[in-house]
Amino acid sequence: MRTGQREKTNDIGLSRADYSGLTTTLCQGCGHNSISSQIIAVAFELNIRPHEIIRLSGIGCSSKTPAYFLGKSHGFNSLHGRMPAVGTGALIANHSLLAIGVSGDGDTASIGMGQFKHLMRRNVRMVYIVENNGVYGLTKGQFSATADEGQELKYAGTNPFPPEDLCVEAITAGCGFVARAFSGDPKQVRELLKAALSHRGTAFLDIISPCVTFNNRDTSTKSYAWGKEHAEPLQDLAYVPKDFVPRMDEIMVTHFSPGEVKLVELHDGSHIQLRKLEEDYDPADRLGALHRLEWARQQSEFITGLLYFNDSRPSMAEVNDLTETPLTELPANKLRPSPEALEEIMHSFL
Amino acid sequence: MSLPGAKVNIAPSTLELADPGNGQAIINDFSIVVATVNGTGSQTSNLTLLRALFKMGIPINGKNIFPSNIQGLPTWYHIRVSHEGFIAFREPAEILVAFNQVTAKADMAKLPAGGVCLYSTEWMDISLRDDVYNYGIPTNQFLRQAGVKGKIKDYLTNMIYVGAIVQLLGIKLEFIEEALAYHFGRRQQLVDQNMGIVEMSYEWVAENLKKEDPYQVVPLDQTDGQILITGNEAAALGAVFGGVTVTSWYPITPSTSLVDALNDFLPKIRRDPDTGRATFAVIQAEDELAAAGMVMGAGWAGARAMTATSGPGLSLMSEFVGLGYFAEIPSVIWDIQRVGPSTGLPTRTSQGDILFAYYLGHGDTKNILLFPATAEECFEFGVIAFDLAEEIQTPVLVMSDLDLGMNTWMTPQFKFPSEPLKRGKVLSAEEVEERGFFRFLDLDGDGITYRTLPGNKNPKSAYLNRGTGHNRYAVYSEKPEDWEENMERLNRKFETARGMVPRPVIDQVDGAEIGIIAVGSTLPAIEEARSKLAKSGLSSDFLRIRALPTNDDTRDFVANHKRIYVIELNRDGQLHQLLTVEMPEMASRLMSLSRINGFPATARWIMNSIQAHESVNN
Repeated sequence: MRTGQREKTNDIGLSRADYSGLTTTLCQGCGHNSISSQIIAVAFELNIRPHEIIRLSGIGCSSKTPAYFLGKSHGFNSLHGRMPAVGTGALIANHSLLAIGVSGDGDTASIGMGQFKHLMRRNVRMVYIVENNGVYGLTKGQFSATADEGQELKYAGTNPFPPEDLCVEAITAGCGFVARAFSGDPKQVRELLKAALSHRGTAFLDIISPCVTFNNRDTSTKSYAWGKEHAEPLQDLAYVPKDFVPRMDEIMVTHFSPGEVKLVELHDGSHIQLRKLEEDYDPADRLGALHRLEWARQQSEFITGLLYFNDSRPSMAEVNDLTETPLTELPANKLRPSPEALEEIMHSFL
Repeated sequence: MSLPGAKVNIAPSTLELADPGNGQAIINDFSIVVATVNGTGSQTSNLTLLRALFKMGIPINGKNIFPSNIQGLPTWYHIRVSHEGFIAFREPAEILVAFNQVTAKADMAKLPAGGVCLYSTEWMDISLRDDVYNYGIPTNQFLRQAGVKGKIKDYLTNMIYVGAIVQLLGIKLEFIEEALAYHFGRRQQLVDQNMGIVEMSYEWVAENLKKEDPYQVVPLDQTDGQILITGNEAAALGAVFGGVTVTSWYPITPSTSLVDALNDFLPKIRRDPDTGRATFAVIQAEDELAAAGMVMGAGWAGARAMTATSGPGLSLMSEFVGLGYFAEIPSVIWDIQRVGPSTGLPTRTSQGDILFAYYLGHGDTKNILLFPATAEECFEFGVIAFDLAEEIQTPVLVMSDLDLGMNTWMTPQFKFPSEPLKRGKVLSAEEVEERGFFRFLDLDGDGITYRTLPGNKNPKSAYLNRGTGHNRYAVYSEKPEDWEENMERLNRKFETARGMVPRPVIDQVDGAEIGIIAVGSTLPAIEEARSKLAKSGLSSDFLRIRALPTNDDTRDFVANHKRIYVIELNRDGQLHQLLTVEMPEMASRLMSLSRINGFPATARWIMNSIQAHESVNN
């Protein structure tokens, strides 16, 4: 009965268009657009109700993208480098919301580094995506803090400084879900996104997303050519949300490979399955993850996949022991104590 | 438990009052300054004295003049005692407790002739003045006698001057015991230990010194039903009863004690009675940028969100406040003003952020400011700041200061808010269905538009909030006409706000020649100055602005007076500047009386300044 509609709508009767946004105004071929498409695809596939999720961003090319997806969800395009604070406030105010935040390497690795790290520390439950291209686009081609050392750009010249590795920063700040992907590999982006949306706290995705206009020389590690040649997938992911049975088989058939699978249970009871390409890689090993990232840096390569996973830390909402009803939905009688309570306090100051 | 050596049976005060020179005792009308070293626990002793006087029914105020330091620097605690109810800062104090050797000489030099100096006889290099009443106490001897050793020594040393003052002024010991019990709560052992020292000193003074000075207290009934509280505690309590749900902050003197108080009250009375879980969150941010950002995120999501800060923090918040103005986000910011610019004098009071806060944000911004002047208003504004923020959908800055916020004030007990929480124009899913949703379309003509909150189940309720240019449908726009329309509407909203914010308090008297305009904590000094000016034949009307923007009340007041003094604690006369901009046609009537030295305003400064101006005018 539903097969006729299956192409068009998901299990809650929404079409892919229900998750789309305005037409992108970014450059043609920009890696960011591909990521927006995967966000739309994932929200559709996971049957997310638009009112259950918010979209957040800072300032920059990447931060413009929330206008291009989840048009039926509330969103906040905030200040440069300050998405973490705005997201923290919104998600403590209403902890029932899912959230996808999109930032860039300028927005996160420079002006927003402090807030980025503190968001990770607090373990605010949200998906934090950095669309990483190593360059400032909107201001036309300055180096960002993730640009390669010695890299050359048309206007900026040669970069004398080493790059920051945001995955390393995330891990050391206490983030329990740290992944890296390449925007040219939509399947992997999608799988990581699905897993990230089920994570208990902050899930960080550093997605290498080449800038076609200002940073796409083949020698840059953030170029398409480099990405295709040097991306080294760490593992394949198959994602199995608990309420999403129909597509499970398809994914599993494609990616499930007995004997090479590591099953990780997520906070909401769903699972991610990792097919390890290396026998000895363990995403639960924090030191190993840092070691592997440093190794990759020395090889001038980036590894993709789930680098680190640990959901033992409570989210910020859990730490604050908040009522099940979001703070924003509490009725007035829960917000204002009784006259007797005031009287008692007044008495204590007599 | 009583201390070894401490006497338990206390004789009533038997000291006779000496002739003060004019044959009159000076009763319930003087100031005490206690000079100590900070970090030695003198605050406990000072508050004990203050509370005992308060419990005797005498109007009082306590002011802590303290350094930006943890331990070891000079600190002064001023207690004003006034049967007339004048509780403003007053210098010089008539009674000095010279318990800081480093500053003793300078402290003594400040005493007026006929004043009182209480000092320790065991200090070697003290030279006493012969035109004041000197009382020396062997402090170390007491401590030896009481067997006090170790860390607690400094704390208990301070109780020695309490006992001596109690004896000299005629304070009843039972009030001290009550005050100690208040301070230490159920820790009876500490009450006994401190009381032991107080009694020992009290007895020793009675037996060994002859009271010659004229100062004394007698019980009154002027504090019945009142409480003692700091402005910051009152503000926090207001926020708790105003339904605060999200607080994000970064520690900064003198605002920290406001959030400390929130952290004290909230877990006690704002846990959900059904589940025991929190209906609030208080987040210590990594800096003031993040604190303001969390407040904006939470306010956008529908929380009653606030922060508390001071000048340097407010500087860091300016970008977010501009966003809040433009993206129309309900938010509350308490600015407990201290002396700037820069790090300035972090532990001294000021009204120096008025202009900055009013225009905070780049581009064309104007913000709503509230100015509490009393602890009671701190409570009231703690509540209504949220109502105004949500009704007007904009940042509301509450401009307190260190004097009001950190010092201890007597105040009538706070009244339970009579109005329900006002949540403003927020559309439900059903309402969106019935009437549609246009985020920035001015349907009511008041400039205030309708908003929806994340989580609203109607897909038509969604919008992307942004600090970038947008049209009436919240869609990004760079069109000149959209920008103009939006900014004009924001101006219209600001005009609407004039009629919504607290009106000024006006006190008019017959035959007044001059007017006075002020905001905030200068109130007690102005009241005292007006009373004294009236006695000297110069009556004045007084308008106390409680919010910006101003409304017609202020305009009318200015129109009705030829000369109006605008009194404030900053160098540049910031409130005066704003008023002259608001009513340029009457600017020449407005005279600026402003000053900044870190201390609260005094009646003497106001009186002298006005009299000097008036003598030139007449």
